[in-house]
Amino acid sequence: MTIQTLTRAQLAEAIFTEIGFPRSDSARLVDELLEEMSATLVEGEAVRLSSFGSFHLRDKNERIGRNPKTGEEVPIKSRRVLVFRASHILKDKINRSLLGLKKKSSA
Amino acid sequence: MTKSELIQRLAERNPQLLRSDVERIVNTVFDEVSNALARGGRVELRGFGAFSIKQRDARQGRNPRTGESVKVGQKFVPFFKTGKQLRDRLNGLEGTED
Repeated sequence: MTIQTLTRAQLAEAIFTEIGFPRSDSARLVDELLEEMSATLVEGEAVRLSSFGSFHLRDKNERIGRNPKTGEEVPIKSRRVLVFRASHILKDKINRSLLGLKKKSSA
Repeated sequence: MTKSELIQRLAERNPQLLRSDVERIVNTVFDEVSNALARGGRVELRGFGAFSIKQRDARQGRNPRTGESVKVGQKFVPFFKTGKQLRDRLNGLEGTED
């Protein structure tokens, strides 16, 4: 059994079925939600979503990297990266679900 | 930004909607993402990033305070990879629209 990947389109579909909000407006709301989060992060501000997790920014210094194929040294410029930290609620939910499923199938 | 600030901003962009509906919409989005991960699935939000699950094998750990050896069971951790467009924007690059 393959598990389908959740996309923007399916989130819009979920808003349509759960809330009965028109499909086109649902799709726009999903885009707006992600854009508000992105714009906040681009401004350098963290996004904290209770019971889900938080997105933080981290500034990385320049360092010397290496092309693993050729061994050639390449400078990696200083950059800003986004880090996601899942909440304990989300981690627990995932582990309860996946470890539970595994126990059932292996027993 | 907190979840209630996110709801507030979306409500301001959509004055035709009740704040309570915006709140339900936001909660639906994060519930759907959580549920997909709890099923062991992936979530791909183009331009923003992708969530997936990584498996951590059981290992012999150590209590850092007492030095005592403890068993750490197998576990699953959620992982987020930033999308190219957002990664570029975070670094002041315009990035491609798609």
